[in-house]
Amino acid sequence: MPLVELSAVVAGYGGAPILNGVDISIEAHDIGVIVGPNGAGKSTTLKALFGLISVSEGQILYDGREITNSEPDRLVPIGLSFVPQEKNVFTSLTVQENLEMGAFIRRDDISETLGSVYDMFPPLKEKRRQPAGELSGGQRQMVAIGRALMSRPRLLLLDEPSAGLSPRYVMEIFEQVVKINASGVGILMVEQNARQALAFASKGFVLAAGRNRFSGTGRELLDDPEVAKSFLGG
Amino acid sequence: MNEFIFFVDKVLIAGAVLGSIYALSAIGVTLIFGILRFAHFAHGDMMTMGAFVAFILASLASAAGLHAGLPMGFLLLPFAMAITAGLALLIDKSFYAPLRARGAKPVTLLIASIGVTLMIQGLIRLFAGVQSRSFFETEPKTVYRIAVPFGGATRPIVITEPEVLMILATIVIVIALHLFLTRSRLGKAMRAMADNADLARVSGINTQLVVRVTWLIAGALACMGGTMLALDVSLKPDLAFNIVLPIFAAAIVGGLGQAYGAIAGGYLVGFAETLAVFNWSVLLQPLQRVLPASIQLPADLSIVPTEYKLTVAFVILIIVLLVRPTGIFKGAST
Repeated sequence: MPLVELSAVVAGYGGAPILNGVDISIEAHDIGVIVGPNGAGKSTTLKALFGLISVSEGQILYDGREITNSEPDRLVPIGLSFVPQEKNVFTSLTVQENLEMGAFIRRDDISETLGSVYDMFPPLKEKRRQPAGELSGGQRQMVAIGRALMSRPRLLLLDEPSAGLSPRYVMEIFEQVVKINASGVGILMVEQNARQALAFASKGFVLAAGRNRFSGTGRELLDDPEVAKSFLGG
Repeated sequence: MNEFIFFVDKVLIAGAVLGSIYALSAIGVTLIFGILRFAHFAHGDMMTMGAFVAFILASLASAAGLHAGLPMGFLLLPFAMAITAGLALLIDKSFYAPLRARGAKPVTLLIASIGVTLMIQGLIRLFAGVQSRSFFETEPKTVYRIAVPFGGATRPIVITEPEVLMILATIVIVIALHLFLTRSRLGKAMRAMADNADLARVSGINTQLVVRVTWLIAGALACMGGTMLALDVSLKPDLAFNIVLPIFAAAIVGGLGQAYGAIAGGYLVGFAETLAVFNWSVLLQPLQRVLPASIQLPADLSIVPTEYKLTVAFVILIIVLLVRPTGIFKGAST
């Protein structure tokens, strides 16, 4: 059974729909990467999945149960977590407080999870008492991902985690995404760095104009001359 | 020396009392703005309402023959705060929450809060009448006269018991609020939501709960500020409505959404007001002895006449906004 499955999802911001029937299916061990041109509905897909915009048609199943149009405060407790592309840290809160907020829904001891996030991103441990707003872009992204991991998700949604980062940080973030996946968390991410991301994706989805254009393993999409020509810049 | 004691009485003590009242109320205004993104105009009347709740409780207690060493209005304050917090929650549920559920803009909520202002004032006038009342009708107001044994002073420093109690209580409340905001899970969630409401929602923070806690705190502190004001002067239906503008000035000066800013802004405005209406001629009187007889110091050297005290808050507001548009502590600009 897929961990999450979107079937013929139609969604938008109230006006004309942005998604016109998107199908996506991810297993618990997958890293799914959504690529496509600007305005294709990549971020919108994640937002529809996470209940941030309303789905008018189609359905979303998570672990076999229907979660279409469920609000985040219901989704986080059942194992979904979302890292938005922008404004994804609480700038006036310290790094540690940011992480604690990710664990808001938990009432048990969070110190172990906190430790594992600090192990994953050592710079954060050093700066744990600093306001997150004072950190560099790459470190902020670490805080954002760390925050999302604090609820111990089974599915992590990442909206362009490499946006605006220097190449060094892009590599580091991607390496951590692979590690997070190896620890048993399904990943669904949107990426502009399509070639780099598809290289480690077990599933790739090319969206255009709110519809699926191609799907396959990351390798298959990279090797497909038509995908390469139209969507990966030749 | 007597002149200096006059200064202590009129500026330092009066400023600390006024600043405490402004700080307590501005915290509520700034928290509501941070969480719900609208200017809660009815905050002054929530304070008056809280003072009336405290007054009713104190009257009931003294009617029942209860007496204590401290002013009844102060002793029963925790109960009055709890009741006012509940009323604040009720007001939110009845008037603001339905508007929020429909996605009303902040300006709509602001106008609704003006309606709530009129409603609370009307209800108070309807049930309690329009006259001024005093918390000290059935018990004496203790006044401390602290003799200053040096400098040849003949005047004592005068401070009333409610003033002492209220300044101390404000300090306790500010420390408690600080611990709540920095140590507790809900307090941190409150700061998180004020910082970035969308991300708070995405993180799975129960935003409804945070909103409720915000109203509870704002209501309780409004009751405290209002009761303090009523203990210091007298209780009337437009008690705190008259100071809602300096309260907003304090919140904005401190940086909207910043609880610490509201405290700083409250004391800044409070002390500035007492400094501005202080008759500086009194302090300069000793100079008269060394000055030639042809130069006479004017009898009144206050910066602003008492009637124009309210303008002081706005002068500070304008200066701060010119120099630091987001307030002393960097606040929200929207």
